[in-house]
Amino acid sequence: MIVYFLLIVSLFVTFTGVLLASFLPVRLKAAIGLLTVLVNAIISSLPAVRAIGGNSTAMVMSGSFIFGDIPLRIDALSGWFILIINFTSITGAWYGTGYLKAYSERRSRLSMHWISYILVHFSMTAVCVIQNGLAFLVAWEIMTFSSFLLVIFEHHQKETLRAGINFLIQSHIGVLLLSLGFIYTSTRTGSFSFDSIRQLTEGMLPTASLGLYLCFFAGFAFKAGFVPFHSWLPYAHPAAPAHISGLMSGVIIKTGIYGILRMILLIKTDYTSLGYIILSVSVLTGIYGVMLAIVQHNIKKMLAYHSIENIGIIGIGIGLGLLGIGINSRVLVICGFAGALMHVLNHSLFKSMLFYSVGSVYQATHNLNIEKSGGLIKKMPHTAMLFLVAALAICGFPPFNGFISEIFIYLGMFRGLSTSNSGLAVPMIVSIFGFTFIGGLSMMCFSKAFGIVFLGKPRQSYAHEPVEAANSMLAPKYLVMIMIVVIGLLPVLVIPLLSESVMLFIRAGFSLSGQVFQGNQALSSVLPVHLLTMIGICSAGFILLVTLVFLVRRTITRNNPVSIGPTWGCGYTGNSEKMQYTASSFVRSYRKLAEPMFSIHQTKSPVEGLFPEKVQHETHVSDKMEEKFISLPLEKIRSVFDRFSFLQNGNTQTYVLYGVLFITFIMLIPFIIDIFRYIMSF
Amino acid sequence: MIAFVLIFLVSLFFTGFINRTKSIVSGRKGPGILQPVRDILRLMKKGSVYSETSSVIFRIAPLIYFSSIVMAVLVVPFGSDSGLISFDGDFVFFAYILALGKFFMIIAALDTGSSFEGMGASREALFSMLAEPVFFVLIGSFSLLTGCTSFHNIFISLNFSSYISYATGAMATFVLIMLAMTENSRLPVDDPKTHLELTMIHEVMILDNSGFDLGLILYSTGLKFAMYGALISNFFIDSFPFYISIPVFLAVQFSFAVVAGLIESFMARFRMSHNAQFIFALASVSLMIFIGVLLMTGKLI
Repeated sequence: MIVYFLLIVSLFVTFTGVLLASFLPVRLKAAIGLLTVLVNAIISSLPAVRAIGGNSTAMVMSGSFIFGDIPLRIDALSGWFILIINFTSITGAWYGTGYLKAYSERRSRLSMHWISYILVHFSMTAVCVIQNGLAFLVAWEIMTFSSFLLVIFEHHQKETLRAGINFLIQSHIGVLLLSLGFIYTSTRTGSFSFDSIRQLTEGMLPTASLGLYLCFFAGFAFKAGFVPFHSWLPYAHPAAPAHISGLMSGVIIKTGIYGILRMILLIKTDYTSLGYIILSVSVLTGIYGVMLAIVQHNIKKMLAYHSIENIGIIGIGIGLGLLGIGINSRVLVICGFAGALMHVLNHSLFKSMLFYSVGSVYQATHNLNIEKSGGLIKKMPHTAMLFLVAALAICGFPPFNGFISEIFIYLGMFRGLSTSNSGLAVPMIVSIFGFTFIGGLSMMCFSKAFGIVFLGKPRQSYAHEPVEAANSMLAPKYLVMIMIVVIGLLPVLVIPLLSESVMLFIRAGFSLSGQVFQGNQALSSVLPVHLLTMIGICSAGFILLVTLVFLVRRTITRNNPVSIGPTWGCGYTGNSEKMQYTASSFVRSYRKLAEPMFSIHQTKSPVEGLFPEKVQHETHVSDKMEEKFISLPLEKIRSVFDRFSFLQNGNTQTYVLYGVLFITFIMLIPFIIDIFRYIMSF
Repeated sequence: MIAFVLIFLVSLFFTGFINRTKSIVSGRKGPGILQPVRDILRLMKKGSVYSETSSVIFRIAPLIYFSSIVMAVLVVPFGSDSGLISFDGDFVFFAYILALGKFFMIIAALDTGSSFEGMGASREALFSMLAEPVFFVLIGSFSLLTGCTSFHNIFISLNFSSYISYATGAMATFVLIMLAMTENSRLPVDDPKTHLELTMIHEVMILDNSGFDLGLILYSTGLKFAMYGALISNFFIDSFPFYISIPVFLAVQFSFAVVAGLIESFMARFRMSHNAQFIFALASVSLMIFIGVLLMTGKLI
């Protein structure tokens, strides 16, 4: 009963929040948005926490005759995602209250924004709870549409609107694929409920269910951003306000991951082939995402490509876990799925923090171009420090949380190598190669991003001197930072929360191999607790060591003279900020190496004469996959449809004629059928 | 623990041995073995000059760089005696903590706003990115061979039995030596003795460091060399008792220093654009090791 109560309260709160957000004065809108998200988050966290502890909550809502019964269920997997969604939604709304102060004269826009924010949070939670295909699609659609409204906050800019519509259309291709999958199962079973998918696929040929799974996978991959379905991300993220980019990259795309994981639990299929497919797509996604991230000039676009890379890392974990189910290796299942789920949490933390920090930089300098920034660490020390922590975490460096998920995935791959299964060795070494490559590239990328944006001297003169972000924008970031550090230092406390979710996948594997699973057997013995403690100790030890060396340095150099001078310029003292290395020059040798993989547009004016005029050199790297898979087919489709453009001649009479012809055709259908039958009867 | 002490001892002499080898080969008497240590101690007592452009990052980077190498040293085992830190997947920790140190050196170089140091930072980032897979594929091969996933277990269960295994062992030693040369920015990838900023990698990144910080960075080089030497010597130590293994360890370190000195005497630095190819070649050698291991374990087909 308590569940019904929670559901009703949550609906009521959402409804009131939406109403209040539209009618209250501007200064209260943000507060009501934050408050509604907070209350909803608390309500949904209660059953989610229970579910993570192993007590799943379930109830059935009686839908209309269209939906059938709508089962709602929060199991460990849903619970994990709900908690992640809640955390990032709260920090996003909190940061948003500070961020949107600059827009306080735009009344209607702010109403729309906060209404959409409340709805997107509510619908994301709903997506994780609903176990009925049709109702799931409705929630999915509300989520997509309200995130579209959030993205186009600055809709007076043409670019923003274009990016938003691009996102909307691509999301709907995904919805189309999902609908196909759900409609197929409902025609075969007569029900939209998720259980019917399970029952249907249990009786199917593995290849047929693999096809069904891949249909769902492609649909969810559009949301998650797997290559080649990723091309909306690099447009939508830069267009959206900073906290929305953080929310999108942190959790909205993760609903795609949730869908992929949920379908693994529902669809019985050939897990080994599926594992290979997802693993190869993910390695490709990871490498492709980070390769393009390095050469971006717009810092938000760079972060968007990094989201693609991190989705790849999560996918590698999922692929490993699936292979583990397929070959019946418990270690692989645990390392793979625990790594993937952990990385979902980690990425939501550091990526949202990166976007929030970049948002503060944008508000201080009105500039997102990496080439034109620099030296911000002196003006904005807090933002710089927070960005650095998040950058280190996203590269997977030890004292922070990224390392925890990456070491799980590494362990999975190395354990996969050393299992007795001989077919696994080569795919594993390829994945290891790809994964280390991703790690190295992201280190290069973030050393560039942090080094160029925050260090050195400013590369342009600012109209207003940049100042540190307001406290309301710093506080949520510090909250995220605390999470990042705590997970990094005390993984022992966090990883056990995953045991129930991982257990779901282990059970899925067991039911496949026909073995009977006995209770909680030996999960704790396989979950590498020793490893986690050691990682925590090592990370803490590292911090201690740095402090120790610092103290030693201070003691030894206490009486030594310290002087400040100009940067050593090799005898040349005209130290100008123009002489600094830029982002483009930093990645030039890399770009030259990777040139065959990109399509690069260069404009260059040569240096001529004894007293050269101003010269310029511009490079833009465009997304080859997007050109091949999105732009080219669109071009073809457009050229086909152009042949029919004579129909659209702008003449009202002709349009009336089309209407008449159409209605006549509809009315003639029974007659045509009769004729057809008559002919067939001979 | 014993590994840590030995690596620390060796690190004091390592650079001295390299320098002595080079001077003997070029017909000079050369400075004493302990000259590098004396230089470092002298630097540590000196005052420092900081660039007005630089920020706190520049001041903490050498500390983090040094500490990262010390942490990595703690992971390295010594024969049957495991390192102070030893857990499943400790080599991931080893590689990532080293990368963390490098990350800080790179951003510290960018912090000075000098174009030379930016150049060095760019190269360091690129080459260390390329070198990362080499190490992991190498460890992957041995993990496949032994079925273990930590340094200690890999090295104690490694035993050479067939011709292929000798071949892979030799190749692995080659890869590790070259990796050490790359990671330490020595020939053939980088020349520490060059006097033109445009052609340097590591040296150009630390142009602005002085005093204690510079001493720390210079000492780190020796420590890093000794660390890779210890990894190589683990191939040979097996699980002998200490009175055999310690001399073997020292001998391996000594020959590693001599080899490094000989390489530096007889090779020229590669053109900067060829370095990437060289590291790719290393990656393919480590893939060959992997194939060799597949052959040995009969998993190729």
